[in-house]
Order: sequence, then C-alpha cells, then structure tokens
Amino acid sequence: MTKLLFNFLIFPGFLFTVIFGLAASWIDRKVTARIQWRVGPPWYQPLIDLVKLSIKEITVPRTASKGLFFLSPMIGLSAVTLVSMLVWLVNIDPASKGFSGDIIVVTYLLTLPAIAIILGASASGNPLASLGASREIKLVMAYELPFIICLIVPVIKSHGLLRLSDIINYQAVNGSFAASFSGIIAFIVMIFCMQAKLGLVPFDASEAETEIMGGAFIEYSGILLAVFKITKTMLMVALPLFLITLFWQGFNFLSLWKYVILLVVIILIRNTNPRVRIDQAVRFFWGKMTLLAILAVLLAIKGM
Amino acid sequence: MSLRLKALTKSIWVYHMSTGSCNNCDIEILDMLTPRFDVERFGITLVGSIRHADAILVTGSLNLKTIPRIKAIYEQAPKPCVVIAIGACSCGQGMFKNGPNCPNPVDSVLPVDVYIPGCPPKPEAMIAGIVKLIEKLKNPHPNPLP
Repeated sequence: MTKLLFNFLIFPGFLFTVIFGLAASWIDRKVTARIQWRVGPPWYQPLIDLVKLSIKEITVPRTASKGLFFLSPMIGLSAVTLVSMLVWLVNIDPASKGFSGDIIVVTYLLTLPAIAIILGASASGNPLASLGASREIKLVMAYELPFIICLIVPVIKSHGLLRLSDIINYQAVNGSFAASFSGIIAFIVMIFCMQAKLGLVPFDASEAETEIMGGAFIEYSGILLAVFKITKTMLMVALPLFLITLFWQGFNFLSLWKYVILLVVIILIRNTNPRVRIDQAVRFFWGKMTLLAILAVLLAIKGM
Repeated sequence: MSLRLKALTKSIWVYHMSTGSCNNCDIEILDMLTPRFDVERFGITLVGSIRHADAILVTGSLNLKTIPRIKAIYEQAPKPCVVIAIGACSCGQGMFKNGPNCPNPVDSVLPVDVYIPGCPPKPEAMIAGIVKLIEKLKNPHPNPLP
C-alpha cells in the first residue's frame, strides 16, 4: 500500500512526471523559439509560470456550476497521473508486471483529460467556452476512431496479448513492431492522434487563443488553470511513452532518446503547420487516418 | 527577493485592451511581441482571456462607451494585476483632451501603475516601461536621490 502510494504520488507518478514534463515543455518552448530565430525563455520558465498561477486569485463566474467547475481539473489530473504511473512502471520496474488488460485501461484513462476539459468548459457558463467544448467533443470523436483501430495492431501482431509488459517482452524477442509495414503505418497514425490528444497546434481549435480567446479555459484562472497546464504537461510525457511501449520495444533510462525523437517530431509538426478548422480536422481523421489505420490492421492480419 | 515576487515579475502574461484607439498603439504592441524583440525571454506572453492576465495594456482615449466595459474587465481580472497605460491618449487623453466624448482619463477609472507615453511609443519604450514597472514592484518606496 505504501509502495503504491509512493509510486502514485512521487516516483514515477505525479512528482517525477511533472518534473520530466516541465523539462519537456521547456525544450518545446526553446526549440520553438530557435525555429523562429529568437532566444527563448530560461529553463525555469514553465515552473515559474505554474508558481505564479498558484498564487493568483481564483475567480469563479456567477453563472458557473461551482462543483463541476472545481472538480473537473482534478478528474483530468488524477487520470493522467494514473496513466503515467502505469506506463512508467511496466517499463522501468521489472518486478511490476501490470495486469491483464491494462492496455484497455490506459486507453480509457487517456480519454479522461479531454472529457475533463469538456466538463469544465461547459460548467463555466461562458459562450466561448461552450464553443471550445463543442469543438473538443468533435475532436475527441474524430481522433479516437483511428487511435483505437491502431491500438488493435500491436495486439494482433503479438497474437492477442493485452498486457503492456507482455507486449514489451514479445517485442524484445521478435523485434519491434515499428519495423514492420503494418506497425510503421499504425505508429504514424498514432503520432497524429497524439498531436490532437495533446491539443497542439494543427489541432488546437478548441483553445484557439486568437480566435475564441482560450476557448475551453477562458474562465479558468489561478491554480485551476495551473492544474490544467500540469495535466497537459504530464500528457506530453505519458502519451509518447505509451506509443514507445506499444510499437518501439519499450524504454528504460538509457533509451530515453526514443522519447526525445518523438518530442522533436511533435515540436516540428507544431511549428510547421497552421491551425486547421474543426471540420478539416474531422475530415482528416475520419478520412485519411482511418483508412490508413484499417490498412494497417489488414496488413497485420496478413502478418506483414 | 521572495519567491512570490520573483514568480510574479518573471512571468507576466499581458492582456491587450483597446478603449477606442486609432490602432497605432495596438500595432506597436503586436510589434513588441514579434521575434525581433522576443519578450518571451522575460516570460511575457500575450493571452486571450482576462482570467489568465497579470497585466492589462490599455490603449486609446477612454470614451463613454468603453468606461463600463473597462471597469467590468478590470473586475474580472484575477488579482494581483497591474494596469499599464500605453500611448499619449491613455496617459493623458492626448489630442482628445477637450473632446466631448472622452471626459475621463484612464487613471480616473483604473489604478494605473505605469505610464508609457508616445504617439505611438516604440517597442523599446514599452520594454523600458515594463522594466521600470518590475523595479517599482520590487522596491515600492525607493530612497530619494541624495
């Protein structure tokens, strides 16, 4: 029990992932700055943003439904903490075997941060926030379909294993799934879905700052906004690591370069693309990406 | 310097509020946020919502229509929040001093912390004004000159 609490709160759950994610988000801002030919913020900038947000006043709109307004950031944070604990533990702790079906649990938990954003936005009673919430709902429905279809590919290729640690062991024996045709197609589709799950630039229509002024987060201030920022930061660690676990033989502290490569891919996609409209995003995911995902599943059934 | 003050002065998120300006100051504010001046080095970012803001950049001469709106905006801002008046109009009404539509200067409605004059002020002048604001926040009662 004590060990589980330690795993959940300090290592590798909440605290460790937050520190890791703050470093990752600093790399994101710094690389973005270098691409735009400027210097960029100092290394402590993401941390000091959070500290500043936590000492600001919390404003609650009069029309808000108070309970849900305060509760929804916590829903997202607890879900993403649980995901990062599961994903880190099956990879770096050989004693932890996970449990059968944890791949399904992680998939469900990864949807919860988006649902928390939708709940919080609709609880805040702001018209622009409801616009952001409706866009987020459409985006969730759009990217979940290819994401789940692609999730079938490693299960088929490992002949029906539903446990993350078993999938890692299978890849350690038979080579990583990303080296096969079906695996690499599914991996690429998953990277686009990850970009949408993180809410980064081509798919950030739900919080478009220049258009609907922060969208879903428009009424959040102070520590509640900081909790949403922490959730996004932790998701930026948990999602790439989940993808590496599924397709790229897992990782340990020596092979964290895989994470850095995925992070750089995310940053490059974010910096070289304009924001797409929500109908374009839905068409992208339900059209091309779903077709590619189905192709990957068919290839995996054929054994390629 | 305490952590609280350091956090507040190292991460200033600004909200841009035009109270009926000629758009010249607004264009200069956007110039200040371009990569050439790179104010993200000091943690300054433009935010879209007043709930996220630490500083309100007020431009333009305050007219009768915008007085209730700017009051509402200021009340919605989470405190501590500073107000920066940018341009001749919002500092001292400028050429609209005797105009019938602009009876009140900005500092008669809001507690203005720093004035940045100019028509429009250059981005360098705005950055210098923000540096003075940070010095004022760190040391509210400086010693008088010898």
